[in-house]
Amino acid sequence: MRHTISVLVENKFGVLARIAGLFSSRGFNIDSLTVGETEDPTVSRMTIVVKGDDRILEQVMKQLHKLIDVIKVTDLTKKDHVERELVLIKVAADTSKRPEIMEIVGIFRARIIDVNTEIMTVEVTGAETKIEAIIELLKPYGIRELIRTGKVAVARGNK
Amino acid sequence: MSKLNGAQIVVESLLKENVEVIFGYQGGAVLPLFDALYDAPIKFILVRHEQGAAHAADGYARSTGKVGVCIATSGPGATNLVTGIATAYMDSIPMIALTGQVPTAMIGNDAFQEADITGITRPITKHNYLVKEVNELAKTIKEAFHIARTGRPGPVLIDLPKDVSTGMAEFKYPTEVRMRSYNPTYFGHPGQIKRAAAAIATTSRPVIYAGGGVISSGAAAELKELAEKTNIPVTMTLLGLGGFPGDHALSLGMLGMHGTKYANYAISESDLIIAVGARFDDRVTGKVDEFAPHAKIIHIDIDPAAISKNIEVDIPIVGDVGNVLRELNKLVKPGDTAAWLAKIEEWKKKHPLTYQKEGELKPQYVVEQIYEVTKGEAIITTEVGQNQMWAAQFYKYLKPRTFLSSGGLGTMGYGFPAAIGAQAGHPEAVVFDIAGDGSFQMNIQELATAVQYKLPVNIAILNNRYLGMVRQWQELFFKKRYAQTDISVAPDFVKVAEAYGAEGILITKEEEVRPALQQAVASSKPVVMDFRIAREENVFPMVPAGAALTQMIEGMA
Ligand SMILES: Cc1ncc(C[n+]2csc(CCOP(=O)(O)OP(=O)(O)O)c2C)c(N)n1
Repeated sequence: MRHTISVLVENKFGVLARIAGLFSSRGFNIDSLTVGETEDPTVSRMTIVVKGDDRILEQVMKQLHKLIDVIKVTDLTKKDHVERELVLIKVAADTSKRPEIMEIVGIFRARIIDVNTEIMTVEVTGAETKIEAIIELLKPYGIRELIRTGKVAVARGNK
Repeated sequence: MSKLNGAQIVVESLLKENVEVIFGYQGGAVLPLFDALYDAPIKFILVRHEQGAAHAADGYARSTGKVGVCIATSGPGATNLVTGIATAYMDSIPMIALTGQVPTAMIGNDAFQEADITGITRPITKHNYLVKEVNELAKTIKEAFHIARTGRPGPVLIDLPKDVSTGMAEFKYPTEVRMRSYNPTYFGHPGQIKRAAAAIATTSRPVIYAGGGVISSGAAAELKELAEKTNIPVTMTLLGLGGFPGDHALSLGMLGMHGTKYANYAISESDLIIAVGARFDDRVTGKVDEFAPHAKIIHIDIDPAAISKNIEVDIPIVGDVGNVLRELNKLVKPGDTAAWLAKIEEWKKKHPLTYQKEGELKPQYVVEQIYEVTKGEAIITTEVGQNQMWAAQFYKYLKPRTFLSSGGLGTMGYGFPAAIGAQAGHPEAVVFDIAGDGSFQMNIQELATAVQYKLPVNIAILNNRYLGMVRQWQELFFKKRYAQTDISVAPDFVKVAEAYGAEGILITKEEEVRPALQQAVASSKPVVMDFRIAREENVFPMVPAGAALTQMIEGMA
């Protein structure tokens, strides 16, 4: 099962290594991990996407919570939440293909942020399904380079 | 306010934390610290290997209940602490390890004697710090002690770059610690405690399963009250020994791989297990699927992550064991356990802990005699292997903090330096390291430390000229192919003792055991006793790894 875990941590050096170490020492592969400061500069939020056995993951969450620099751990998978990822795609686009690509970009509310005679660079943000879908549609034109930020996620509403 | 340098700040902070003894070893990166300690009213014990410092600090902590402190220099000094830190971590022992580090400007440059010790010890410390600023030093030390001794205790490492030790700052020691991210739960949920009391009142075959948490929480009296009030028998883990008096009628001794038959039968047939400060280690549970198949489980522990980790729990209670037991004791009413106790009594009669008494000198006899001579009042440390299991089985621990042994990590070489630490913390006590010949050779150099500081520890080597426990497994599971476990090429331990300025005694017969032990206890010097025991004696009963607790093998018919 795939889980999206949100971890609030003290914004101190070494925290990332502690967190990553807990996953790696139990043989979990981290699909993506994002970190950044929150509204409080002494606190960072990490969004971690991992695949793994539910029971073992529950243990990892308890162990995460035990780390001295960890303030809060939430498994967002079980909660109503919103999530986004930013992806940049360089797609082959000679003049003949440009109108088609621009049409796709329009439908997905993506944006073209760079263009030259051979390549267009497309920026997409959205939930995973949307990103997967646009990647599928652009593939036939020739994706030259693709870069994803990894997911950021937050629970809906006040919590 | 006048300024102090970083090293002086460390010393002042240690004094604020009431540190009385430090174990350590010199080096370039800690020179300023040792210089500052030179005039301090703190006893310093110079070991001969940093691993000895960590284990001694651990033995001091386990026996006194205070935080143990050890110091090592950067690089090789720090890495030599690693086994000792990991040992303390696995057994939840409060410890502060102070390590020197190269100057901040050189960190990461592969400078001389540099090692990333915070990186290395991250998975084996409760927390660790690299102090980058002399102004943060006092606060860091305050926090470190707080973290080490509260909640589930553990080792905390503080890495001190040399320029931080020499930098100047005002000394202000914080009066309190506030950390939004670290708030252990001390009091159990009242509703859960009520549920536990209700479960206890209606069982007929309950067992209390007590672990090291009883000792670290100082809850032995509360545990005894619970057991006596409800007439529930108590079995202990290796680390729980001493948490309940070993000579009490309700004591079942140790359970698990080398536990008593009656403890393992009781657990396997019980309908309610009250796990107190214990973590269901695989050496205790045997095959997990067949552990206590009929029992409901109550689990009291300060560490939420310990609950339902290995075994699914019915009534979890997160909190300090002592606090929870005090609340529980107010509510509990005894169930009807008379028939159950009678059955256990039968098991005890039918399957006592015993050994074949004929023939060569037996290790079990030696351990029994140590109990007789010390009247159960000694502090016993052990090494790892058969010696450890015989020490657990054949000596009755009457009080907490009198049995010190590396349980979680199983560290050979632990017992002797731990005995030095325990003796430093209890100058008046009789301290014995029950040792194997293999293990003792892992930190034998600490004889010099014991002699230098006049710490009259007694080392009882159960000398079988084998790495005995491993040989036992080879005998039972590898067709007696004794690959690399014969260590009969060994020094003459009596001469080694004398060479270091200690006393040595060779014992080959039963009738020499008592006099040797009496001589050792009376001596004001460290004494090494070389007990030449039957070479192929085994530890029984034994639950083979991965088998159910009821599948015990036995040496004698
Ligand atoms: C540092 C370390 N290395 C290896 C082991 C594996 N090991 C466990 S018991 C044992 C044999 C111990 O022999 P000895 O100290 O002579 O004690 P005995 O079992 O004979 O009492 C070994 C090698 C260990 N526990 N610790």
